[in-house]
Amino acid sequence: MIVLEKREAPSRLWAWGSPVMAVLLTMVLGGLLFAALGQNPFTVIRTIFLDPLFSEFAWFYRPQILIKGAPLVLIAIGLSFGFRAGVWNIGAEGQYIVGAICGAGVALALYPMDARWLIFPTMVLAGASGGWAWAMIPALLRVRFGTNEILVSLMLVYVAEQLLAAMALGAMRNPEGMGFPGSRNLSQYPSAANLELISGSGMHWGVVAALITVIFAYVTLSRHVFGFHVRLAGQAPRAAKFAGVNPARMVLICMGLSGALAGAAGLFEVAGPAGQISIDFNVGYGFTAIIVAFLGRLHPIGIMAAGALMALTYIGGGIAQSSLGLPAAAINLLQGMLLFNLLAVDVFTTYRIRLLRKEVT
Amino acid sequence: MRDTLLNIAGLTKAYGSVVANRDVSFSVGVGEIHALLGENGAGKSTLVKTIYGLVKPDSGTMSMRGAPFVPADPAAARKAGVGMVFQHFSLFDALTVAENIVLGMDNPPSPRAIAAEVRRVSDQYGLPLDPDQIVGDLSAGERQRVEIIRCLLQNPKLLIMDEPTSVLTPQEVEILFKTLRKLAAEGTSILYISHKLSEIAALCEAATILRLGQVVATCDPRTTAPREMAELMVGQVLQSPVRAARPEGTMALELTGLSAPAPHRFGTALRDIRIAVRAGEVLGIGGVAGNGQDELVAVLSGETPSDNDAVLLDGKPVGRSPVNARRALGLLCAPEERLGHAAAPEMSLTENAAVTAITRKSLTQNGFVDWSKARAFASAVIAQFDVRTPGPQHTAASLSGGNLQKFVIGREIMQAPRVLVVNQPTWGVDAAAAAAIRQALLTLADEGAAVVVISQDLDELMEISDRFCALTEGRLSAPRPARGLTVDQIGMMLGGAHDMEVAHVAE
Repeated sequence: MIVLEKREAPSRLWAWGSPVMAVLLTMVLGGLLFAALGQNPFTVIRTIFLDPLFSEFAWFYRPQILIKGAPLVLIAIGLSFGFRAGVWNIGAEGQYIVGAICGAGVALALYPMDARWLIFPTMVLAGASGGWAWAMIPALLRVRFGTNEILVSLMLVYVAEQLLAAMALGAMRNPEGMGFPGSRNLSQYPSAANLELISGSGMHWGVVAALITVIFAYVTLSRHVFGFHVRLAGQAPRAAKFAGVNPARMVLICMGLSGALAGAAGLFEVAGPAGQISIDFNVGYGFTAIIVAFLGRLHPIGIMAAGALMALTYIGGGIAQSSLGLPAAAINLLQGMLLFNLLAVDVFTTYRIRLLRKEVT
Repeated sequence: MRDTLLNIAGLTKAYGSVVANRDVSFSVGVGEIHALLGENGAGKSTLVKTIYGLVKPDSGTMSMRGAPFVPADPAAARKAGVGMVFQHFSLFDALTVAENIVLGMDNPPSPRAIAAEVRRVSDQYGLPLDPDQIVGDLSAGERQRVEIIRCLLQNPKLLIMDEPTSVLTPQEVEILFKTLRKLAAEGTSILYISHKLSEIAALCEAATILRLGQVVATCDPRTTAPREMAELMVGQVLQSPVRAARPEGTMALELTGLSAPAPHRFGTALRDIRIAVRAGEVLGIGGVAGNGQDELVAVLSGETPSDNDAVLLDGKPVGRSPVNARRALGLLCAPEERLGHAAAPEMSLTENAAVTAITRKSLTQNGFVDWSKARAFASAVIAQFDVRTPGPQHTAASLSGGNLQKFVIGREIMQAPRVLVVNQPTWGVDAAAAAAIRQALLTLADEGAAVVVISQDLDELMEISDRFCALTEGRLSAPRPARGLTVDQIGMMLGGAHDMEVAHVAE
């Protein structure tokens, strides 16, 4: 008989070991999935996890890890504050979109003015504000009327997608675009472009922002009284209230912070790698960031590592799609599987398995 | 010498490395009221769970009327004639008394037959109870009666009562004792678990005392001094708290007609509460849990805002001040729930020290927590209040109840409060720790702080308070000097027992 026995204290080894286990387990289960799709599982796993780093085209793929990892890390850090405090913002994707729209809006309104020192910072500010405002909708509804922020923030993603489509087809459409949907290409507008800081490195302002955010989050969580209150609110809400934490304010701050960071991520994306507001601008970073946050144990350094890993699966998945003809859904499935496995393996941080022989009475 | 009903020989049960029962032997006679006495963690619960078939012993034997008794599960134990009334009731609030009783039976008859049966049993044993009432509307004492009648309907030979009086008023305790005595006279044996020595002296004919899982003594509680039993139970000589005579201090805390709505559906509204506590005074507030204690503490701590002028601290209105502003002024609280409210279970003692001490101990600088200062403060509390833990880096959940309570109370006391409010300061705490906590509260009052102690333990309140008042259904009685109050008077202040007029044992 197999029995799950509660540990006296959560295992520190497993707390950090389980993400690694989850990744390995995902490779195995993913391999089975790909085998069922008629692929050689070893080839697919190698293509997804190793080729971006070590194949002959790795010089092209490696910078991509920074480009794709930055928005994931930026969003996931914001989410991790809320997740630690028990505030569940599931709609970062929507805040990402609205941030991009607002930031791009500033640039398009000022086009073709030449004042990078003014325009680019204003765009960043507008992007963050847009994401913040979008996140305030579920936050205020929860604080004022007790609605569930999970549902409201999630639903607002679909509203944001409609808004994006409307913008790409209407207000923000490129007047010189011969009627095609999509805005002007911001990466070709020098005052607004979020270009690589060092050519060929993938390092753009979003990456810099992500790194700064990681350091800021680390210091806040470990040293600042706000970080202490965030942890307290998540672990023992009544104790947090007793310590003087205002629960409503905690919801507003956590939602606002994650919204602002998601909005900023959207801006860095639209001004750089994506270049323009288009119907299919968003590719699910806001949802994948949830996986990144948990895979990184809601810890800033862990999130950085997890963000790099998830970026890898995006790139590897892209290679697998083009070279092996795998469906895009298979990659999404693989990412979902990772979170699923993590939750399953996490049982071992608080429980241990014991084998018992059937008791004889 | 009467016949033996239950005999236990050499019972041992270990959970991993923790031995809950070691070589426990004792016997209960037919019709005997037998006390099982011991502190929290002495192994009483494991022992009775073994008898009730919930726990299987590692070794040792039990016999019932000479025949081997090996209950595989509670149903088998019930079949063999063992009934148990748990400390925490397992009743459905939304169902009637009769429906609840039917749900707990192995071969339930029709609800109508049960209702008649309930009436008969409740009449016979003086336990007034209406089978058609909804359980959610009943008092704690009445709920306990449901559990007792549920047991009695099975005609038990042995009735196990686990801490039955912790939720009862003195009058309700008297009704319960009459019932138990009548049952014993009819030949039902009763195993009575408690740590309240006065009750055991009043009720029981024999006592087995457990300490750290072992039987340390058996005695006749009617002839043994309570102090002697207490020392056997604790294993050390107990110090009674001492108090110095105190001069009348200035007015420290005043509530001037405080009212507050119930915070949630099962909460209690506070109605027109008036308190005046002077510096150097201990005010005891008695009452059965659920009568507004938590709500009162929340209003005092600042977790629930109230009318600004309803709460006066040194004459200054603070009813709208947030928690930490009140702390800055010297109004500190220690809530009842240690884990989850007073302390965060998975956080270290250092972090838990910071939960309330940031303001008064200036543990922050420019918004950054000075963790080394917090650690020093936690260590000071640990040293001063004899908290048994390897160090401040250990989690709150790793401490025993008594040690965590010492930490939580010590954390407030060492911030030198002007007014300290504590709720159930010794609930679930072992006797030695309880004595230490009471002494610390008295010392604090001697040093000139006003202390408000909210407790269900009337003995405790009589021991340490200068004045006493009772909280019943959100109303607070006028305070009276604690010295010289009789149990009857206290009972009347607590609103008396429910259904006093019909409570009589059929002769």
